[in-house]
Parts: sequence; structure tokens; C-alpha cells
Amino acid sequence: MNIIVCLKQVPDTETQIKVASDSKSIVTDDVKWVMNPYDEFGVEEALRLKEKFGGEVTVVGLGPKRVTESIRTALAMGADKGILISDDALEGSDSLAVAKALAAAIKELEYDLIFTGQRGVDDDLGIVGAACAELLGIPQMSIIVKVEVAEDGKTVKVTRPVEGENLVIESSLPALITTQKGLNEPRYASLPGIMKAKKKPLEEKTLSDLGLDAAGFGEGGRKMKIVELTPPPARAAGKIVEGETPQEKAAELAKLLHDEAKVI
Amino acid sequence: MAQGVWTIAEEREGEIRKVTYEIVSEGRRLADAAGQELTVVLLGSNIKDKAAELGHYGADKVLVADDAKLAPYTTDAYVSVITELVKANDPAILLISASVQGKDLSARLSGSLDVGMAQDCTAFAIEDGNLVATRPIYAGKAYANVTFENSWPQMATARPKLMDISEPDTSRSAEIVDATFSLDESVLKTKVVEVLKDESGKIDLTEADKIVSGGRGMKGPENYNILEELADLIGATVGASRSAVDAGWRPHSDQVGQTGKVVSPNLYVACGISGAIQHLAGMSTSKVIVAINKDEDAPIFQKADYGVVADLFDVVPALTEEVKKYL
Ligand SMILES: Cc1cc2nc3c(=O)[nH]c(=O)nc-3n(C[C@H](O)[C@H](O)[C@H](O)COP(=O)(O)OP(=O)(O)OC[C@H]3O[C@@H](n4cnc5c(N)ncnc54)[C@H](O)[C@@H]3O)c2cc1C
Ligand SMILES: Nc1ncnc2c1ncn2[C@@H]1O[C@H](COP(=O)(O)O)[C@@H](O)[C@H]1O
Repeated sequence: MNIIVCLKQVPDTETQIKVASDSKSIVTDDVKWVMNPYDEFGVEEALRLKEKFGGEVTVVGLGPKRVTESIRTALAMGADKGILISDDALEGSDSLAVAKALAAAIKELEYDLIFTGQRGVDDDLGIVGAACAELLGIPQMSIIVKVEVAEDGKTVKVTRPVEGENLVIESSLPALITTQKGLNEPRYASLPGIMKAKKKPLEEKTLSDLGLDAAGFGEGGRKMKIVELTPPPARAAGKIVEGETPQEKAAELAKLLHDEAKVI
Repeated sequence: MAQGVWTIAEEREGEIRKVTYEIVSEGRRLADAAGQELTVVLLGSNIKDKAAELGHYGADKVLVADDAKLAPYTTDAYVSVITELVKANDPAILLISASVQGKDLSARLSGSLDVGMAQDCTAFAIEDGNLVATRPIYAGKAYANVTFENSWPQMATARPKLMDISEPDTSRSAEIVDATFSLDESVLKTKVVEVLKDESGKIDLTEADKIVSGGRGMKGPENYNILEELADLIGATVGASRSAVDAGWRPHSDQVGQTGKVVSPNLYVACGISGAIQHLAGMSTSKVIVAINKDEDAPIFQKADYGVVADLFDVVPALTEEVKKYL
């Protein structure tokens, strides 16, 4: 069973985000770049399926050279090979353009399953996976917490929590699955894993390698335009609830919630 | 030229879901601002009798796609039908709820229609006839205003619970039209084989009007009963921080935050939660935030409308008693 994991590099969730002077991007100087946490679930699930069914796990990342580091992390966790799609013309591409480039690279590979994160914790969009599945003409199952591939490796059954219920969905393969927390606990890369990763194949591809015309990519190809980034809207300063004892504070809080906030 | 505002209704087991009224109400406001008509697309099986009500919330037209293959929701069937209808009718704006279903649907439509898409927006406006969407990014550490270019329809999803539902006006009625579409069996590759209902009867966090959440300060799973008692009394759902979930005290489905659920209730009570940025990411669009924490320097207090600096094991039970006076 051959599995592809799409890997996005994002700022570590602890990173302070500052809007740059152009008001359209963020200051990236102090950003620590990491693998999107949802993609860690994808790598882990792919490795578990490989352990059961055999086959290969290929990690595909798109972005600047620094993405190599996150691909190496996935290789150290146990993935077999990496592909980095990197091209200056990709800078500033929107989700749809990223999906097109990923789909072009994936088309050349043999695969039964593709994992992507349910969303990147940078732009919080959650578009690339589904758009990629559409472009590849395969079904997608999003926001998945459980994956069971049939013994014959031909179909998959997944669990998808929706508001108030869990749906069990069955699909033929190949298919694309977007990962949600709860799917698994991603492993850490072991020291021997890290050593081995250095020797694993990591191929780099440009847009022209993929037979794509640079015109549809980058800032100019964006269909969703960023007009402006702003700091989050300020919340009105809160009140510290007064009182000598916890009982008094509780009484005061209940009163405020009823009289002032009118929520109880 | 592309014309009209479209919204996609969401149904489950033949009932219209509340998020539908949110986006229909918002769709009405946008249609008015743009001087355009509002069409609601209603897909399902034997669903036509639900169409009239959508008129009360402002739909000028309800386009009904009725087919046994359209219930329950599957990405394949919905995308096939909506893509066909959009291509045939060329709407200018397409608004969908950022519910689990809506996120799935919209992302795939972005590919099938080859359009840009703004996910999980908190506000919309019309400028020069075009949609401007506002959305939190980097877990709410920044907000982006976005527009669309060479991309029709302009497509966005709305974060549940943020769009005000209009008072239904029964004097308004919508024109109800049967949609023409072809839905070929061969596109249906996924199938819902089982629906496992949450029997607890608890309202999902993303839909709850009130949430009482507990973090590591709860000390252990056995102590959540004090939150349950308060929650039961005020009609709230209990949530949790990731620390509480990772400790195994609460299920993953209870987690609020960047890698959990994004919630926007009217009231969010954070008990023994420090207010890490990843937690705030999931609840900072709540209307009223209360923090109960014994550490006065906890970052949660910077987001709280009402902060109580005290031991939660004293305050929460006392609050439960006090609240009874107002119910
Ligand atoms: C990639 C990534 C994703 C993450 N995603 C999420 C997410 O989705 N959701 C999330 O919540 N976190 C997330 N986190 C974790 C986050 O960084 C914090 O670790 C977590 O939110 C802390 O949980 P907490 O506030 O319950 O615990 P702590 O930070 O330990 O805070 C416990 C608080 O309880 C208070 N307290 C203790 N005892 C009492 C008492 N008796 N009375 C009153 N107060 C008391 C303490 O003063 C303290 O402020 C993520 C982290 C990473 C790296
Ligand atoms: N530049 C990228 N390279 C590889 N995978 C990506 C990229 N962008 C998005 N993805 C995949 O799509 C998921 C969702 O990302 P997004 O749609 O950007 O929120 C990520 O978790 C990745 O699996």
C-alpha cells in the first residue's frame, strides 16, 4: 500500500505574530517553522498502515527550501522518501494554486491513500486537501479521527465526528483523508531514525519539472486576495470580580452575569 | 455577468439545521447591500416541504434539489449537484456555513469551481458590489480582510454562531423552484454506512450557547462533576483544554482550541485554564468570557470580561448555588 502525506510547514503555534509594514503579510524573522501539527497525524497514520500492509510512504511538501527540514523530520519518523516542490514563482500562491502543484506532483506517483491535515494552523484555511482530491478525481473524507483499511487493501472505512454524531464513511481507494486530532499519537523521531533520514531520497521539483506554467502561480495567480492584515480586534477591558471570600465573589459574578451581561 | 447571492442550506434527517438560518440571514443582509436577489439551495431527499420557511428568513428563491442520493450528505453528491447548478446560473456570491459539513463541501467546491475561498469568516461586507470577508488567521493572532479576483462566485464560509439570525417574517415568501440536475451514480464513491449518535443528549460545543470548560486546574477527571452541575443548571455544555484531554480526563471531542473545536458561545466560563494562545484560538470569538483561576497573572484574564481570582473548587460550587437565584 503506497501512501502520500502532504506536509505544510507553518510557524510554531507559540510564535508571536506581527503584521508586516505592507499590512499584507507577517514578519517572519523570528518565526520557528515546524510541520503543521495535523500533518504529524498524517505521517503517523501512514506509518501505521505501512507497518500493517507494507508499501511506501512518500512525503510531499511545497514551499521554500526550509521545508526540507520538516520533510527530514517526517523521514526520521519513518517515511521512505520526500519530494519538495520549490520554485520562486510559487511565493505568495493561494490554496488553490498550491493544490494544483501538489496534484501535479502526486499524479506522477502510485498511491492508494493520501493524507493531508484538516487545516494548516497558519492561515486556518483547510482547502488544499479537498481541492487536491478534486483535481486528482478521487474521493475525500475530511476531519477524520479513525481510519480502517480493509484487509484486501481496496476500501477504507473512516470515522468523522460532525456536530453531535459520528459518521462512519466507506470509500473505495485511492482516496484522500484529512486528519483531525484524536486520530493517533504521533511518534517522535528516534536517534537512529534521524541518522537514517539523512540518507533517504529527497527529490526537488520546480514548476517546470511538473509541466506547469508559472503564470497561474504566485501572488499574481491568487484568486483570494489579501487586502489587509490587522491585529485582532481589541476586547473591552474586563472586570475583576470583587469580594472578600469565594462565596462573595461567586455571588457578585452571578449578579453580573444576570444583570449586566444578561447571559443567565 | 454573475448575479445574485446564493447560500447552501444544511439539513440533517429532513430537518433544517440552525446554521442554515444564520447564513440565510447573513445572505439576506449581503444581498440587500449588493442590491441582489438571495437564492437558497436546499438539497436533500423529500425535503421540499422545508423550502417555504426559508422565505421567512429572507430567501427570494429556494432552489430545491430533491433526490434520494442527496441524503444523508455526501461530498460527492453535493459537489456534483452544486457545481452543476452554479455553472448553469452563475451566482456572484456563494455563502456556506463553516460547520463540519460546510467546511468539507466548500473546500472541494473551491477545486471543482476553480475559485478562491475564504474559510471560517467572522464578518462580511459588500464593497463596490464585491464581497469582503474578515477571517482570523494564525489562531486569531491576526485578522485578514480578503477579496476575490477573477473568481466567480466569490465564495466564503461563516463561522457558526456569529451571524445573527433574523426574526422570521411570515409575510415574506420565496419562489420555490425545482432544480434541474443530473446526478450520476458513478460520481458517488463514498457512502455513509453508519451514524453513531451521541446518546448523552449533550449539545455539541460548536453549537452550544453556553460552555463551561475545565483545564489542568481541575486536578482530575472526577472533579468535572462540579462543572457538570453548573452546566446542567444553566444549559451549558462542558468543554476542556488540551491538557485535560491529553491527560485522558476528557474525550478529544471536548477539546477547545487550535487543535480542537472553535467555539463562539454567548457565555464561555474557563475554569482552571491558563489561557495559552492555542486555547484562546478556539474561544476568543465567544461573546462573554469568564475566567476562574487562582493565579492572578494567568493570561486568560486578559481576554476575560469577568475574572475571578480564586480557587475554582470554592467558587464553582458557590456559583452554582448563586445562579439558582436567577433561574
Ligand atoms: C501545536 C499545539 C496545539 C495546541 N492546541 C491546543 C488546543 O487546541 N487547546 C488547548 O487548550 N491547548 C492547546 N495546546 C496546549 C496549550 O499550549 C496549553 O498547554 C494548554 O492549553 C494548557 O492547558 P491548561 O490551561 O488547562 O493548563 P495549564 O496551562 O497548566 O493551566 C492550568 C491553570 O489552572 C490554574 N489552577 C490550578 N489549580 C486551580 C484551582 N484550584 N483553582 C483555580 N485555578 C487553578 C492555574 O493557575 C493555571 O493557570 C496546544 C499546544 C501546541 C504546542
Ligand atoms: N504548501 C504545502 N505543501 C504541502 N502540503 C500542503 C501545503 N499547503 C497545504 N498542504 C496540505 O493541506 C493541509 C491543509 O492546509 P491548508 O488548506 O493550507 O489549511 C495541510 O495540513 C497539508 O497537509
